[in-house]
Amino acid sequence: MNDEMERAPEGSDADVAPPDLPQVLAGLLADFPEAVYVESAGQHTVVVSREDYHALASAARDAGFEVCADVTCVDWFDRRPIRFELVVNLLSHRHRLRLRLLVPVPADDPVVPSLCDLWPGANFPEREVFDMFGLVFEGHPDPTRILMPDDWEGHPLRKDFGVGSVPVQFKESHKAT
Amino acid sequence: MAARSYPSNFLTTTIEKAARWARTQSMWPATFGLACCAIEMMATGAAHNDLARFGMEVFRASPRQADLMIVAGRVSQKMAPVLRQVYDQMPDPKWVISMGACASSGGMFNNYALVQGVDQVVPVDMYVPGCPPGPQSLMHGILTLQRMIVQGEHVSSGASS
Amino acid sequence: MSDETPTPTIDGEPEIVDIWLSGTEVPPTDEGAQEMAEEEPEARLREQLGSVVTDDYVDSEVAPEDERMIINMGPQHPSTHGVLRLQLELEGEIIRRSKPIIGYLHTGMEKTAETLTFAQGPTNVTRMDYLAPLHNELAYSLAVEQLLGIDVPPRAQAIRILMTELNRVSSHLVALATNGMDIGALSMMLYGFRERELILEFFEKTTGLRMNHNYIRPGGVAADLPPGWRRDVARIVETIPARIRDYDDLLRENPIWLSRTKGVGVITAEECRAYGITGPILRSTGVDWDLRKAFPYSGIDRYEFDVPTGTNGDVYDRYMIRMEEIRQSIRIVEQVAETMPKGDYRADDRKVTPPPRARIDESMEALIHHFKIFTEGFRVPPGETYVAVESPRGELGCYLVSVGEGRPWRMHIRAPSFYNLQALPVMMADTLVADTIATIASLDPVMGDVDR
Repeated sequence: MNDEMERAPEGSDADVAPPDLPQVLAGLLADFPEAVYVESAGQHTVVVSREDYHALASAARDAGFEVCADVTCVDWFDRRPIRFELVVNLLSHRHRLRLRLLVPVPADDPVVPSLCDLWPGANFPEREVFDMFGLVFEGHPDPTRILMPDDWEGHPLRKDFGVGSVPVQFKESHKAT
Repeated sequence: MAARSYPSNFLTTTIEKAARWARTQSMWPATFGLACCAIEMMATGAAHNDLARFGMEVFRASPRQADLMIVAGRVSQKMAPVLRQVYDQMPDPKWVISMGACASSGGMFNNYALVQGVDQVVPVDMYVPGCPPGPQSLMHGILTLQRMIVQGEHVSSGASS
Repeated sequence: MSDETPTPTIDGEPEIVDIWLSGTEVPPTDEGAQEMAEEEPEARLREQLGSVVTDDYVDSEVAPEDERMIINMGPQHPSTHGVLRLQLELEGEIIRRSKPIIGYLHTGMEKTAETLTFAQGPTNVTRMDYLAPLHNELAYSLAVEQLLGIDVPPRAQAIRILMTELNRVSSHLVALATNGMDIGALSMMLYGFRERELILEFFEKTTGLRMNHNYIRPGGVAADLPPGWRRDVARIVETIPARIRDYDDLLRENPIWLSRTKGVGVITAEECRAYGITGPILRSTGVDWDLRKAFPYSGIDRYEFDVPTGTNGDVYDRYMIRMEEIRQSIRIVEQVAETMPKGDYRADDRKVTPPPRARIDESMEALIHHFKIFTEGFRVPPGETYVAVESPRGELGCYLVSVGEGRPWRMHIRAPSFYNLQALPVMMADTLVADTIATIASLDPVMGDVDR
């Protein structure tokens, strides 16, 4: 029953957070009524729009989430109307707390603000997301490929990019002698 | 009949045989550690397994001083040109051991990122199976290669000079 | 070699050829020559290098531009711990800026993970951080179990802790060995690998492989501990601390070691947090942060251990922390061996665990069940989760998204080395080029982990 309320898209419902929500998160969510709190496998997750994303991240950092633990992305392809979802895992040493931000990003305009100004450590993972998914980070100091060669075409972790496997060859004529 | 006197302590052989023998006993590998297999390659050279027993402990950092390239690990598309360049820098005669499943065939990673077998980039003389091959496997591969060289069997790159 | 005959010159005076200068009289040929890359436009290099500096460590006005030299280190270099490439901008002997260039070992494992079933997943992730394969498997398995909502029996949890803590010891031993070798303490190399063999023998006995074990799987572990494991563990517990004391005697107060490591590669706690750096590097700055304490997993909170921290955040502190972590891990292993619970080594969940081997022989249903688990795999309910464990290098997280199929929709590993590598430009800014190797070695990056 609580689930229904949490997952409701209306922003006002974000205030009706479960009572065991830590103080710091409740305060954070109060400032961003548009952000939707979701509990996913017991972990604090917030779905936030692209417009609010940077501001929320900045507020989270000021609230004590000093570490940007991970930036990655999910390609939902045809399973969701908005294709990409940026996933940012924040970590607070002070509060012993994790917070995950999910940012839906449409495929026809894959641009999101970069977090490098808040956490310089977002540099590498954002480059990886650009390399693997083709998301463009606005304000990134070094928007280049990181894992693939510079002249590579395509973004390998997109679902419409094939695995690229070659058929395994079994040559009858090459029997061991 | 007067006994002819020969100087003692000599033996006869052919130049080829002597050269082949000399080559096998001082094969210096280039360090080309890439992935998991590199750790096993290090373990082969370290105390417990001690590759020095076969005159091969001198892992050379410079390809100019190396005769043998042990490709230890998966070769990515990005690494392949580098690998070829290192190979080209090695002086003749030179040999290549492809260590492990990834270097030999791409292993379990049949995908966009890996070269499916290092033999697409450089000629390979010896494939060592395993994921990763244990130090014993690698030593067996090396010893087999040495035996092939000393017996004059065809080995792809070493045969050129 | 006709180097004895002097070369005549025009006025009859023989010109002395200095063979020591030239090294050889044979004119250099082009054969096999290193094909230098096309001279990159300087602007581009500068742009590449400049881009990494997102802080104000470097004052580019200090020296005129033309006094700086850009050198390239790697990707094939014996001391970069794999295929790491570094671009260094030097001013004399001092590194002003640097940029790690990675991707030379990119294996596409996250893509491959989407084509493997959940049960096959550990085979894939174990090859990422090849010095700590069991930690990778543990993070992945914990993530799958969290989505499945299954509990793991106490014995399986204890075995997991036993194996991962032993793995931490073996990984730190390699870190110490290579760290020593890079700075010139070659004995450390031999010692470290010698002790590592002891643990690897036990791993081989238990899992069947020395590395890349695929031992910790969703639902438990692949097999129970082998007969006689207590004797083997007791031998490890007995041997390693004594050998660690030997290392201490060798290095702790060794003046050469001290001068090569003290005050080298310094980083502060604030910088560590800003760059997402975890593990021994974070702890060397004095931050008491260990996921085993902060977010305990697999019942590690049942055992007593301390988290060592440093004060200076330099290479020496990181070395000391690794030494102490080995001791603490041995302490955990000792406790696990004493309190190893009885019971099953995998969850009794029909959906996830294959039927026991004996049942397959007598029951057709069990055979079909076994076949289905290994061909189709089990389905995991839709959801997403992020689970992190403390690997020898720091926070190793697994972000897993399932859509209710037999294969993950997305599997991402938060690799500690990937983030820790970002510390290099910070640590090496305005330090001597000779300290580069010591700094890299103390980071202990595993390139398989970085590039995945």
